[in-house]
Amino acid sequence: MAKRHEVGSLGGRLYRGEVSLDIVGRRRQWYTVSLVLFILSCSAFFFKGLTLGIEFKGGTVITVSSTQADATNARQTLESLPFINGLIVQELGSDKVRIQTDALEPSELNEVQDLLASRYSIALETIDVQAIGPSWGEEITRKGTIGLVAFLVIVVIYLALTFEPKMGLAALLALFHDVFITVGIYALVGFEVSPATLIGFLTILAYSLYDTVVVFDKVRENTKNITQVARLTYSQAANLAVNQTLIRSINTSIIAVLPVASLLFVGAGLLGAGTLKDIALVLFVGLIIGTFSSIFIATPFLASLREREPAMIALAKRVNSRGGGESESAPVQRAQPKRKKRK
Amino acid sequence: MSFERSGYTNPRSTLPQPPKPSNPIRTLSILFLVLLAFGGVALAQGATKINLGLDLRGGTSVTLQPKVQPGEEGRVTPESIDQAVNIIRQRVDGVGVAESEVSAQGTGTNRQIVISVPGETGRRIIDLVGQTAELRFRQVIIETTDAAAKDLLDDASLPAGITPEIAEQFRTLDCALTAERGGGILDDPAAVMVACDRDGFVKYLLAPAEVLGTDVSGAQAVYDATTALGWYVSLDFSSEGGKKFAAVTSQVVNNPSPQNQLAIVLDGLVVSAPRINEAITGGQAQITGDFTQLEAQDLANVLKYGSLPLAFERGEVQQISATLGAEQLDAGLLAGIVGLLLVILYSVLYYRGLGLVAVGSLVVAAYINIFAFALLSEWIGFTLTLAGIAGAIVSIGITADSFVLYFERLRDEVREGKSIKTAVETAWIRARRTVIVSDVVSLIAAVLLYIFAVGGVRGFAFTLGLSTLIDLLVIFFFSKPLVVLLSRLKFFQRGATLSGMSPMSLGLKPAATKEVSNGQTS
Repeated sequence: MAKRHEVGSLGGRLYRGEVSLDIVGRRRQWYTVSLVLFILSCSAFFFKGLTLGIEFKGGTVITVSSTQADATNARQTLESLPFINGLIVQELGSDKVRIQTDALEPSELNEVQDLLASRYSIALETIDVQAIGPSWGEEITRKGTIGLVAFLVIVVIYLALTFEPKMGLAALLALFHDVFITVGIYALVGFEVSPATLIGFLTILAYSLYDTVVVFDKVRENTKNITQVARLTYSQAANLAVNQTLIRSINTSIIAVLPVASLLFVGAGLLGAGTLKDIALVLFVGLIIGTFSSIFIATPFLASLREREPAMIALAKRVNSRGGGESESAPVQRAQPKRKKRK
Repeated sequence: MSFERSGYTNPRSTLPQPPKPSNPIRTLSILFLVLLAFGGVALAQGATKINLGLDLRGGTSVTLQPKVQPGEEGRVTPESIDQAVNIIRQRVDGVGVAESEVSAQGTGTNRQIVISVPGETGRRIIDLVGQTAELRFRQVIIETTDAAAKDLLDDASLPAGITPEIAEQFRTLDCALTAERGGGILDDPAAVMVACDRDGFVKYLLAPAEVLGTDVSGAQAVYDATTALGWYVSLDFSSEGGKKFAAVTSQVVNNPSPQNQLAIVLDGLVVSAPRINEAITGGQAQITGDFTQLEAQDLANVLKYGSLPLAFERGEVQQISATLGAEQLDAGLLAGIVGLLLVILYSVLYYRGLGLVAVGSLVVAAYINIFAFALLSEWIGFTLTLAGIAGAIVSIGITADSFVLYFERLRDEVREGKSIKTAVETAWIRARRTVIVSDVVSLIAAVLLYIFAVGGVRGFAFTLGLSTLIDLLVIFFFSKPLVVLLSRLKFFQRGATLSGMSPMSLGLKPAATKEVSNGQTS
């Protein structure tokens, strides 16, 4: 109870600007954090590369359900076959073994299935198979790349049409920030990339985008007559907007993460590798990065851009000379004037 | 435009008035009735179950890619793919599994054929669909429309080349049974064969093939308006094929019926068995009969593309056992239920009384989703896949985001000192725009994802988009009216601790609390 009241009242105080997290003012810190992440991501991507799933490179995954099967004996069984390459054997739970190999010819696949069926005395019908031909993998990679690029192009067009140019630029930067860092995390940790990962990833871009839309809406509202009122600098007004939408951003992210976490830990926990895990994992990683970027990157970057405009520089001068002349940012106590006005 | 005629005048055109508060009880009642009717329609349509994808029920799916040799790219045309789809469908139907599907996907030379057979995970399907279609011309030895006839051949006086085994096979074959019809059998061109026609009405005993599909160089459906011929098929042979065809036609032309017929056999089934009226020596033949345009075109396609069979390779093969299918379904549903409960729990803990609106909205959205899935299963053959379930689960977040936006706006308005009654309306006007924008963004994304989805994850985009649309419906016609209704309750108006609107929880100062309870705005 007590905690809830605190959160609730924090929301109120954030809204009125009594408490203000100086997000826009400290933008250099966030830029540094992001730049470090960006460099790490790029080096992970170029030096380590992404781990592509069999959908992209071709390959075969066979799952055998038998209490007799374990990783060791499955490996022994298959190593006797001359055509097996790139063998990876994993145990799933107590009675399943997942066997992955490079792409097999149809006759080779039949041989593997027959061998496993007789080794564990199970019916052929109970063996689960996913086999991707090498040229199919190329096709999927081609389509996936086209999809990603086309998606980004359409998003850029959307941004250009709906936002002020500088807002569009800032949203775009936040978007690329999300793309690079998610890719970097995937490269660094070695998570597998499948078509499900790709579609989850694109979903996150959309999600992060509309998170940014909500904050920018508020920025636009707060800065509408900013030069006439001359009470806040652009940065201060933008910071107020971030603070005002902070609770909403956090709540939305928590609520979005909850079902995704359920997918990841319940669904993928029960099933192991597969569609659910791939979608849920990328959403989980991406949601966190997307929330970070819409709070800490998009708006601060927008403020950086706008503060360069002559009108905004002049405004900052006027505001600063009036309010006791401090730095352009709005430290915690500086939002006091707004509160006075309420009384 | 029709306003004047119907006598409608806009009161705002003369006097600026505050936004007219909507009537929440009416909206909610209408929604309730619509939902009931929706469920009723679904049940009346017999849409009582949701089609499950192969990954949720077990089965085999195979994606075939045309194998194109360099310089032969022109072979892969929409027509040749369609023809291949028909041939493969014939073979798969021959297996007799209900709800099997064979369809072409993609465009141009990137077209693939996707075969899905629920419930079958043996090797049969995979072997069956990968074979290349073969076209043969075989002389008819015996033709009978009595598919079940048993007394056709006397073992004592068999025609030359017919063994008692073949005779027995011919007697016992029942063409009326799809499973026995034998489509997809790769026949030996040098041997006598027993075959059915495509529809299972006629049973044939056929001589070894003299002319093969590779001997055909082209075929066309032609309409002859001047004579009484009507639609017919014109057939061209290669020079080698022309000679073979001339030989076989001059050999059979004087035989008694039905041995003067030449059966066109595709993939083990007789497509047509025209009578040879004369020896055809010019390398060009006409097949006439009472063809409709469609029949003539079909036959021409069979001759044209059956003779140039596309080779396919397996792009993707998935065999999912029934056990795995059931496990995936259970895991998906469990993840959905847990996810929904977590969101409900969080909403109630954080938003208290308003959280009830959240819970109600999610339940209504879930109700509409389930019936929409069932109806779409019935109407457009929608199938729910594991990726689709994931899409529906992720959309819980999108639905929830809409009322988070509204609730936060509402609380902001109250913080600014508005009475709850006023705040409910003003907050809505502001939140509405953002809700629409954010839903439109995610809808555009869903459409794009649907277009660009690769592999079997298209279902994710579909359910995500569908759920986003449903979210718009729910927030407008359920969540908002319900909040208006609740705001009229004393419980919310006086800002009770558990209402989620208590001044304390909103962080208002005691002075501000008075403003709220007096319903004044400063």
